[in-house]
Amino acid sequence: MFVFITLVILVCMVVLMIRLFAGPTLYDRVLALNTFGTCTVLLIGALGLLSGRPEFLDIALLYALINFVGTIAVLKFFRYRRLGDAPEDEEMIMAQPDKIREQT
Amino acid sequence: MALAIDILSWISFVTGAFFLFVGSLGMVRLRDFWARLHAASIIDSAGAGLILLGMALQTGFTLITVKTLLIVGFLMLTGPTASHAVANAAFASGSRPCDLVHDETSVEDAPTAKPKSKRAKSPPAKIRTRKATR
Repeated sequence: MFVFITLVILVCMVVLMIRLFAGPTLYDRVLALNTFGTCTVLLIGALGLLSGRPEFLDIALLYALINFVGTIAVLKFFRYRRLGDAPEDEEMIMAQPDKIREQT
Repeated sequence: MALAIDILSWISFVTGAFFLFVGSLGMVRLRDFWARLHAASIIDSAGAGLILLGMALQTGFTLITVKTLLIVGFLMLTGPTASHAVANAAFASGSRPCDLVHDETSVEDAPTAKPKSKRAKSPPAKIRTRKATR
């Protein structure tokens, strides 16, 4: 049972690798990376149950957390070009032209 | 009882594997970023949820089951949030769906009509339009 599900997850990850390397834009890659991380969480859980060591599920939970934070961090970096505080007026206006210029 | 649990977890494993496979196939075959978002969301919610549910049935209702259900709940929270963040970032960067049609025969966009708001004067620069042929 767990062998079957592990093989399916591995096939899914291999197919996702194609999009991860061939994605024409940045956002395709980020989306494929996020989905790949979800598949990794499933794979860690399935391997833990397959080898009879359910402590692996803790690692899977931790990996899910890190995957989410990593996706948000990559998106924030490529939008604002920095990881600290969000930039002030000028760059925000450049980033979102429609919404903010109407207000000011 | 054990047979019933086995059957239930087989059903959820096979259904989850189907959704995983369909989602990963869609990530490769679909032609647009905005179409690929759907495939990624299928993997994130349906595939992962069903497979982890099958695992939770197999662990025999102990603390491990609680951990598996915690992973399910967390993935249900963060999957759509991450998809929305990626879509929002792509939209802010100027990407638009490739089938977005700019209908030049409609009344609002006719060249003689005056723009109704400030926003109509300056549309986003990078919209890829295609003329409506009918």
